[in-house]
Amino acid sequence: MTEPLALEPDGDGWRLRLSGDWSLAAMPRIEAQLNSLPATLSGNLVCDWTEVQAPGISPAWALLRRLAEAVTPLNVRHEGNPPHFLDLLEKLHVERHAAYSRQAPPTLERLVGKLGRWSVLQGVHARGVIVFLGRIATVVGEAFSRPRAWRISSLARHIYETGITAIPIVALIAFLISVIVAYLGAQQLSRFGADIFVVDLVTIATLREMGVLLTSVIVAGRSGSAFAAEIGVMQLNEETDALRAMGMNPIELLVVPRVLALIIALPLLTVIADAMGLAGGGLLSLINLHIPLPQFMARLRESLSPTTFWSGLVKAPVFAVLIAMVGTYRGMQVRDSARELGRLTTVAVVQSIFMVILADALFAVLFVQIGF
Amino acid sequence: MLDSNFNPAIRVRGLHNRFGAQIVHDGLDMEVEQHEIFGVVGGSGTGKSVLLRSILGLRHPNSGSVEIYGRDVESLAATDRSSLVQSYGVTFQNGALISSLTVAQNVQLPLREHYSLSEKTLDELADMNLLMVGLAPDDGAKFPSQLSGGMIKRAALARALALEPKLLFLDEPTAGLDPISATAFDELLLYLHSQLRLTVVMITHDLDTLFQTCSRVGVIVDGRMITDTLPGLLKNTTPWIQEYFHGPRARAAEMEAAKKDGNG
Repeated sequence: MTEPLALEPDGDGWRLRLSGDWSLAAMPRIEAQLNSLPATLSGNLVCDWTEVQAPGISPAWALLRRLAEAVTPLNVRHEGNPPHFLDLLEKLHVERHAAYSRQAPPTLERLVGKLGRWSVLQGVHARGVIVFLGRIATVVGEAFSRPRAWRISSLARHIYETGITAIPIVALIAFLISVIVAYLGAQQLSRFGADIFVVDLVTIATLREMGVLLTSVIVAGRSGSAFAAEIGVMQLNEETDALRAMGMNPIELLVVPRVLALIIALPLLTVIADAMGLAGGGLLSLINLHIPLPQFMARLRESLSPTTFWSGLVKAPVFAVLIAMVGTYRGMQVRDSARELGRLTTVAVVQSIFMVILADALFAVLFVQIGF
Repeated sequence: MLDSNFNPAIRVRGLHNRFGAQIVHDGLDMEVEQHEIFGVVGGSGTGKSVLLRSILGLRHPNSGSVEIYGRDVESLAATDRSSLVQSYGVTFQNGALISSLTVAQNVQLPLREHYSLSEKTLDELADMNLLMVGLAPDDGAKFPSQLSGGMIKRAALARALALEPKLLFLDEPTAGLDPISATAFDELLLYLHSQLRLTVVMITHDLDTLFQTCSRVGVIVDGRMITDTLPGLLKNTTPWIQEYFHGPRARAAEMEAAKKDGNG
């Protein structure tokens, strides 16, 4: 195979003999050869295209680029039937040069600029969250004097989608986790002959923490992501803009029904999770520890204080608000691209789970302090 | 290897396409010669886009054959298929730029996929393709969402040209552009057509584009195609064609084209 180019001295200058396949397919080889040309070329240079077959635009462009990078400007001439598009490429080359002669700012200035933009962006985000909260509060406030703003049908749909359809998975997971806790607890407690305290363990763990926390995490994964994705796609389709242009408030139509629906659905799901958790504990006690159901129920009543159930349930609406707001807020933030949609949906789920756990920790401290 | 000098560049024979009971193409024939700009027109729902999708192999026609450079698209082996796909460039109606990539990355995408080139070369080739369609190298760093409609069409053209095709398919290249941008796009197309010796198949509703650029036009009427030069079509007596080419908009475009021809 012939080399795509060969450099020869020619009188007082150089002759670059091009040959063989100069199509786009041969580009990698041509590129390597061009890079091995000496950097010190100067004076006159003749490109001889006589032996070139099927010249492609891209390799010709690479050749022009390489010759233009010579340390001292070359005086280039093309001979031997050069390709017809060479004039176009030379014209583009001049345009490119003009575009690149504008200077980029120095490094330090760029870094300071980046930091500044980041700081301003954080401020804008913080302001965005507060504005979002304010808008929701306004809509809810107005809704008391304007019943239509409750959007009952939309609310019902969201309760169905976030609540009713989540029952099987929430019930199953609450049941299984409770079985696991009871099983592990039984193994440890039976060493001290304290099998019966498994009941205390399961009921208190389920009612105070696990019922509500598990439900919230599942709902954050199911509904938090759905909220962000639904609203995000509407943003991309300019549907939210269309609503605004028709004098409707997207916060009222899209955000508030979802938040309210979750405030209603999450506590109900929590009750189901609590019940299933207790059932799981009861079943394991019966099978593994041979505690009959009446004895389990009796012990259960003894172990509970009046506040145990409520201390779990009271957290549910708070978690619901966090999940729904994070999901809808991230959805409203989607702009421009499919990638943003994916990114913000992920952010919505991760952030809402984080917020739920953070809030749960604060509740734990608070309940200890007030003895709830 | 494909012979990109084969004439006709595209030959469609007896194409039938139907969706359920709705017949879109009923024995459509079409031939596109080398180095011409071939316009495809037709009313809404006459299957212009379906025709394009059939030619590109994105849709299996119910019957009929499509040949590009004398090779039957349907019966090609996988390796030949890939070389066929690399021999043409396509722009879609809304640009279809990948929204998560910058404009330059969009242009580089087919190059990256088919050839192993250094980053520096890829950047330079992106610059070249952007300059060729009248964009600035700076525009390469932008994301598609930051571009105006006209720039999106140009960027899509740059991506279609990246693999140096000899055959170019354009789906409504000037739709949604203001008249000035649309005229600029027509001029760009004519310029590239003459400089790069392209064969162009263009679906368009834009009568100005049709009169300014196309050497022959195929009109889809009743599931078949009537192909002729523009003067020929103007004399055609088929009702839809009469209406299409003798409406007020068509007359204005015609006069404009005649003025331009007269000037030079």
